[in-house]
Amino acid sequence: MRYEAPQTLNQAVNVFSEFNGLKRILAGGTDILVQLRTDVIQPELLMNIKDIEELGKIELFDNFWKIGAGVSAANITRNKEFSKEWPGITEGVGLIGSTQIQNRATLVGNLSNASPAADGVPALVAANAMVEIVGRNGNRKLEILSLISGPGKLNMKSDEFISHILIPRQNKNSSDCYIRFIPRTEMDIAVVGCGVNLSVENNNISAVKVVLGAVGPKVIFSEEASNSLLGASLNADSLSKLQEICERDAKPIDDKRGTIDFRRKVAGVLAKRAVEKAYKRIMEDS
Amino acid sequence: MALDNENKNFFDVVGTRPIRPDGIEKVTGQARFGADAYLPGMLHGIILRSPHAHAEILNIDTTSLDNDPSVKAIVTRKDFSPDLKGEDWNILENVMADQKALYDGHAIAAVACSSLLEARDAVKKIRVKYSLLPHVTDVEEAMKEGAPIIREGVARSSVPKDMHPNIVGYHESGHGNVEKGFIEADLIIEETFKTEAAHQGYIEPHACLVNMMPDGKGEVWCCTQGHFNVAKVCAKLLGTDASQIRVTASEIGGGFGGKTAVFIEPVALALSKKANRPVKMVMSRSEVFRATGPTSSTSMLVKIGMKKDGKITAASGTFKLQGGAFPGSPMAESAMCAFAPYDLEHVKNVGWDVMCNRPKQAAYRAPGSPMAAFAVESVIDDLCKKLKLDPIETRLKNAVKEGSKASFGPRFERIGLVETLESAKSHPHYLAPLKDGYGRGISCGFWFNFGGETSVSLALAEDGTASLSVGTPDIGGSRASMCQIVSEELSIPYEKVRATIADTATLGYNEISHGSRVTFATGLATIKAARDMKRKLCARAASNWGLEEDAVYWEKGYVKPAGPNAGNHDPLSIIDIAKTMGRTGGPIVGHFEASPEGAGVSFATHIVDAKVDRETGFTSVDRYTVIQDAGKAIHPAYVEGQFQGGAAQGIGWALNEEYIYDEKGVLQNAGFLDYRIPVASDLPKIDTVIVEVPNPGHPYGVRGVGETSICPPLAAIANAVSNSVGIRMKELPMSPPRILKAIEENNG
Repeated sequence: MRYEAPQTLNQAVNVFSEFNGLKRILAGGTDILVQLRTDVIQPELLMNIKDIEELGKIELFDNFWKIGAGVSAANITRNKEFSKEWPGITEGVGLIGSTQIQNRATLVGNLSNASPAADGVPALVAANAMVEIVGRNGNRKLEILSLISGPGKLNMKSDEFISHILIPRQNKNSSDCYIRFIPRTEMDIAVVGCGVNLSVENNNISAVKVVLGAVGPKVIFSEEASNSLLGASLNADSLSKLQEICERDAKPIDDKRGTIDFRRKVAGVLAKRAVEKAYKRIMEDS
Repeated sequence: MALDNENKNFFDVVGTRPIRPDGIEKVTGQARFGADAYLPGMLHGIILRSPHAHAEILNIDTTSLDNDPSVKAIVTRKDFSPDLKGEDWNILENVMADQKALYDGHAIAAVACSSLLEARDAVKKIRVKYSLLPHVTDVEEAMKEGAPIIREGVARSSVPKDMHPNIVGYHESGHGNVEKGFIEADLIIEETFKTEAAHQGYIEPHACLVNMMPDGKGEVWCCTQGHFNVAKVCAKLLGTDASQIRVTASEIGGGFGGKTAVFIEPVALALSKKANRPVKMVMSRSEVFRATGPTSSTSMLVKIGMKKDGKITAASGTFKLQGGAFPGSPMAESAMCAFAPYDLEHVKNVGWDVMCNRPKQAAYRAPGSPMAAFAVESVIDDLCKKLKLDPIETRLKNAVKEGSKASFGPRFERIGLVETLESAKSHPHYLAPLKDGYGRGISCGFWFNFGGETSVSLALAEDGTASLSVGTPDIGGSRASMCQIVSEELSIPYEKVRATIADTATLGYNEISHGSRVTFATGLATIKAARDMKRKLCARAASNWGLEEDAVYWEKGYVKPAGPNAGNHDPLSIIDIAKTMGRTGGPIVGHFEASPEGAGVSFATHIVDAKVDRETGFTSVDRYTVIQDAGKAIHPAYVEGQFQGGAAQGIGWALNEEYIYDEKGVLQNAGFLDYRIPVASDLPKIDTVIVEVPNPGHPYGVRGVGETSICPPLAAIANAVSNSVGIRMKELPMSPPRILKAIEENNG
């Protein structure tokens, strides 16, 4: 196995795009090292991107946040400005692995692993976040839903990798939330997850995006559930409608972590609870 | 002098909480566990394991390794003794498969290479040709007509003739006439219950470093609960002498019964023998789950009849335990423990030992008892609810006492069940009002405890300090307790005693650290060895003074002349005698060897408050209290640790831990991510009450405490959960999907 640790993004693009065999990027290493150890993959090139300065930054621009592929989960959760603006994305990031894991693990890694159960992803989708992809032919931007094509699969060419996540600035009277269900209290993997981004005007919901995790081959943006809340006030009726639609929109499988029935039910419950929590956040802020 | 059999009631050191003697090594990372051993020229061994649940092994082709310079040895079944019978054959069959792979993870072959990476690559190049056979992993399915037969002709003679060939053991005990008893009942409840296999979940995987010399001398360093047993088993499996295999036990990162069995040491020895080099083997976590013993999964039928006033008129139970692809599940223990807390006129216990395509079950704290308690105590809870009776009063009404005839036969000596129930009744936990949405669960539990072969040696150093050698690996703080005992007996400070787990060449045979036996049996042996030393100290002082032995006596660390006739001698301290012992007759050593009886059974009562989230089926355990009879707590902090550990493991077993097999019989959750033992934040603060009703079979009154603590939790938590959701939960684990399903079905 070849190991490279380029110092600049340009060098990284060159090394990665010119290599034709099985290759992987090492950022936090919390997935890749385990996969190496258990013989899940045997890449011929391992490229460490942690030395690249511009990938290690969280930057705030006029219209968006830019988070580098080398930024650890802990550096996101302890960024006060970001976590105040996007508490839901921060919640998701703060649930990855454990405290120790979060000191190494990256949000881009969580995304690139393309696990349907990734805790970092649903709130990103709900926030309309995008990724910046670098490759032989320069940069391009892609929505996260279009990026992920299935379990462990990304819509990227073999010369490309993700350099940044771009997250828009949060709107006024808006907040987000991510909650997940696990059978324990921590150190576990989501059986169901739900990310919600919500805007409120005159006590009615003016914009909303409900995204379900771990109940399909990739995250599910439930357009119907989101639309059902649009213009509505938050009450038992609108919530139970939301719950019902999410139960229907969830397309889970039966496995060791939960049954189809269970996951559908819990998807509905989590959607309801996540919307309530995001709504409460908006009310508390205003 | 009556030093030998004196029973002690007043203590100076016993009952205090000194710091643990193995603490510094443990907290600084210097303690050496199984994998912390290295030898020059050492090789690394890896086992090739069956990916199939049940298959005939047609051919094992290792020709691709023939010219691989990194491969130093390959072993298969033909490298082990061909002459074994009975349980020895079963152990070998589990260590290395013969003609059939009997479960997913069954060892097929092993290689040793210079490096671990080379060994991992080499093992993948072995080609095994299998012919797949139908398999079965569920205990009830295994007994159905047409179920694949794991092995013909294994059934013991006690098994009724018309039973399925996979039922290989049968137990029946009890007394009275249950049919008559049920007629007298005002209410009878009969229910079936199921529990899934739970793994002991010790954090340290099995590991060893061995060296087999060409002259037949073997050295083994390994992580085990019983190194004498390792020596015995390895000798048999390799066809050599037990005395030639010297085994040293490493520090141990948990065992809970699972490290009483032998898995990798004989394989490492066989590889070492072939390679003429030391061989190290360390199991991966996945190997631990797939190939070492979890406890049995069960299917149980329990029927209990009760009078309106709470008196049980009759009880019967059938306990079917699946023990993997081998005979030996603890079904008799289930049957015998099930109704042990209750004084019953009519009782019948039946046990079935069932074989499946799963790993050979291994002991797990009080094997068989927790599951039986789950079934029995659930039915008692339902009876109490239907008859509007208090669960503790009802249990008190039926509780066994000294002289009661046990459901499994003998009459009880002095026991402490009533005391634990009385203590529960007045405990602040039981008196506290239940918070909204919570359910409270009560359960009793019982375990036999055990004595077994024990041999210790206590040597006096020239400075009057003492060095104790024991042969029982310290799995629960026994070194601290043994040092306290020596300190108590010899009246020397706790810090002046060092306890060591001696290797198998140093002491007589010691039974494994199991059956909650160590503080009882090794403790008893240590008391007797110390008293032997005191007798020798007295004899030495008498001889120094020119007196007969009976003209002196021992008092608090000193030998004194017995009376005016003995002359006017200044008392001699241990230090005085030790200083001159080399020239007054030689070294002074106390020792003791026996198989002590009278282990003294133990009972516990647990109280749990739990709440179920009715929308997700998630259970949170809010408050937990363990009340248990310890007889006499030598080191109360360790006793409390055992109580809390039993409750913690019980919470995992009750709520989330389970072996999940797919339709091909392959284990789906061979890792700590999906085999869900509780994490710290899952557990409430676990309160403990140590009840001390002395065991008449021990000089200090000690009863084993390590196992009884896991007997009540499954039932206590199930009762709390069932009371929270208002539905009787009859299957473990009570995982969120299972609870939510029960709620849905109940809602119609």
